[in-house]
Amino acid sequence: MIKENSPVILSVRNLTANVDGTPILKGINLEIKAGEIHAIMGRNGSGKSTFSKVLAGHPDYEVTGGEIIYQGENILELEPEERALKGIFLAFQYPLEIPGVSNLDFLRVAYNSRRKHSGLEELDAFDFEDLVEEKLDVVQMKASFLNRSVNEGFSGGEKKRNEILQMALLEPTLGILDETDSGLDIDALKIVANGVNQLATEENAMVMITHYQRLLNYIEPDYVHVMRDGTIATSGGKELALELENRGYEFLDEESPETAEVSA
Amino acid sequence: MVVEAALNPILPSTGEGDRGNAYLKDLLRLLEGQKVRSHSEIAGWLQELRQRAAYNVTKQRMPIRKDEEWRFTNLSDLQQHTFTAAPTVQLNAPDIELLTIPEAATSQAVFVNGRFTPELSNLTALPEGIFVGNLAQLPVEQSLKLVKYFAHIEGANEVFTALNTVGFPDVAMVWLAQDVIVEQPLHLLFVTVVEDEVILTSPRAAIIAEPSSSLEIVEHYAAVTPGCPDQTGNTPYWTNAVTEIWLEENAQINHTRNQRESGDGFHIGKTAVAQHRSSRYTCNALSLGAKLSRHNLEVWQQGEQTETTLNGLTIAGREQTADTHSLIALDFPHGKTDQLHKCVIDDTAHAIFNGKVYVPQNAQLTNAAQLNRNLLLSPKARVDTKPQLQITADNVKCTHGATISQIEADELFYLQSRGINADSARSLLLDAFAAEILNRVPILSLRKRLAQCVACRTYE
Repeated sequence: MIKENSPVILSVRNLTANVDGTPILKGINLEIKAGEIHAIMGRNGSGKSTFSKVLAGHPDYEVTGGEIIYQGENILELEPEERALKGIFLAFQYPLEIPGVSNLDFLRVAYNSRRKHSGLEELDAFDFEDLVEEKLDVVQMKASFLNRSVNEGFSGGEKKRNEILQMALLEPTLGILDETDSGLDIDALKIVANGVNQLATEENAMVMITHYQRLLNYIEPDYVHVMRDGTIATSGGKELALELENRGYEFLDEESPETAEVSA
Repeated sequence: MVVEAALNPILPSTGEGDRGNAYLKDLLRLLEGQKVRSHSEIAGWLQELRQRAAYNVTKQRMPIRKDEEWRFTNLSDLQQHTFTAAPTVQLNAPDIELLTIPEAATSQAVFVNGRFTPELSNLTALPEGIFVGNLAQLPVEQSLKLVKYFAHIEGANEVFTALNTVGFPDVAMVWLAQDVIVEQPLHLLFVTVVEDEVILTSPRAAIIAEPSSSLEIVEHYAAVTPGCPDQTGNTPYWTNAVTEIWLEENAQINHTRNQRESGDGFHIGKTAVAQHRSSRYTCNALSLGAKLSRHNLEVWQQGEQTETTLNGLTIAGREQTADTHSLIALDFPHGKTDQLHKCVIDDTAHAIFNGKVYVPQNAQLTNAAQLNRNLLLSPKARVDTKPQLQITADNVKCTHGATISQIEADELFYLQSRGINADSARSLLLDAFAAEILNRVPILSLRKRLAQCVACRTYE
């Protein structure tokens, strides 16, 4: 939802980043306000996933220029956990399996880190279980999921639902979903999309990174950005996604750089 | 038997001039002086057994790195020391308080420097039909039966096993009568008292489970030292232990072997298991202690449809060497074996895993799985692993494998991105790696204590 006077949550200016010395991001500019849902699309290798990892602070990506201002603060020097504690959440494209750690324990440690950081008392195992069972409904997960090891032996859809469950618990200010829709069948996609729609509020913002227009049928974005070669080549409303669907990414190559300078 | 030759090659003596030879001779002299008490009816047999073992030792030499079974474990450090026989020492209950297990407070047998110590033991919770004590106390009827079990499992001639037979000062005896189910875990605690002398202890245990009996047992090696036993800086010592376990038809034993020698100790231990038809044996072998440790875990199948589960966890740091050699020798159909051995290796420590599973022609319809997983925590940590399946039967299902990994940056990042700091994330991942084995230890307090020890050993 676009509101004129909403506070700015994220402001990215001329962001450049390397992986192993190779430039991947080549000057990204993006502004996101509270209440907005943004979709970032683009071909494979255009830098979408890199952008999401740089926002979350992955150590393998070296920021070479520009800044990331989150709620008025430059967060480039912050560790991933510090960014998380300030309310940035990345739902992974490939959530990791952690054999030996129960999902419930993992969620509780993560949740309590956040509470402690906010100066709140940590929840004990019992209170936390009550809370988490409430949140299970958001992604229609069964309680038995909680006793399994984190993501171990989960299907693709279960892993993605588990990411959204974590997001539901951590209540981020900025949720970044990295190809959360990839590899999902339509039922799983609906559950995940429904979960995200429940979690999007006027106070927070969501960034969905996706290959497919299909996701946008279930989560309606306020803005669509298309990345090409490490920059945002063009931005627009949700109709841009439809245009992409109809014409493919090739149409970008035909457009002149001026028309690509649409600010978000 | 071919397996026997492959596993326990007699190391032929190489003559007078050899240093290893002379060293072994000195050890033999030291151990031959050891007395052991038993029922008079079997004293002659026992003496002959020890003499035969001594004779066996004279035909051998100390293992060297050229011996296939000792390729990665260097005993030259051990041979720097001149050991003396472990004396009889008095301990008081507070000395071993930290070593006791609450769940086994009334089913605990304590052996100090290998000798049964009734004052520290408490066996009041044990039901009718189980004998726990030492060889001298074993009733005559069972003593006479023992003759057909004791030191008969294959591999008894292996040099360190034979040395133990020559010089054990006592035998921890556990005898379960038919159909007896013991609910409370039994704790066999072997304590070495480390003072100024560099001593060799030779603890020996024999566990006999008659048909359809069932027992949970914790075999525990530890030291009482002037300083913290987990640290180095105490006097070195050597524990050369042998435990033999017989499972008769349909018997069940869950065996937790907790090796927590002090940081300056040497530990060479043998677990030899004979499994008869339909018996079920589980070993949870935990190896955290000792400067150098070697565990030889050998299971010999004596009948159809046995189940064998071997869980192992080695935590090695500093300059520790921790070696596990396991063998499952099947020889009958419908056997099921499942082995998971995990190692966490830090600093410049070195872990060795060699796991053999023999599935000969007789062992049709065997289902055998073996996996060794290793986690290296430092660039100088080292592991040598050799999963070894030998199959000649043609209708079996067997898998084996080994992995070596480190904590991946992506795993850490995943946890950090959920607000968990890097140190906590690292310990969460490590705990999880160890927990897969620790969670199989059936005793809660032990599981918890071990988890704490894993934590404090792997991150300063």
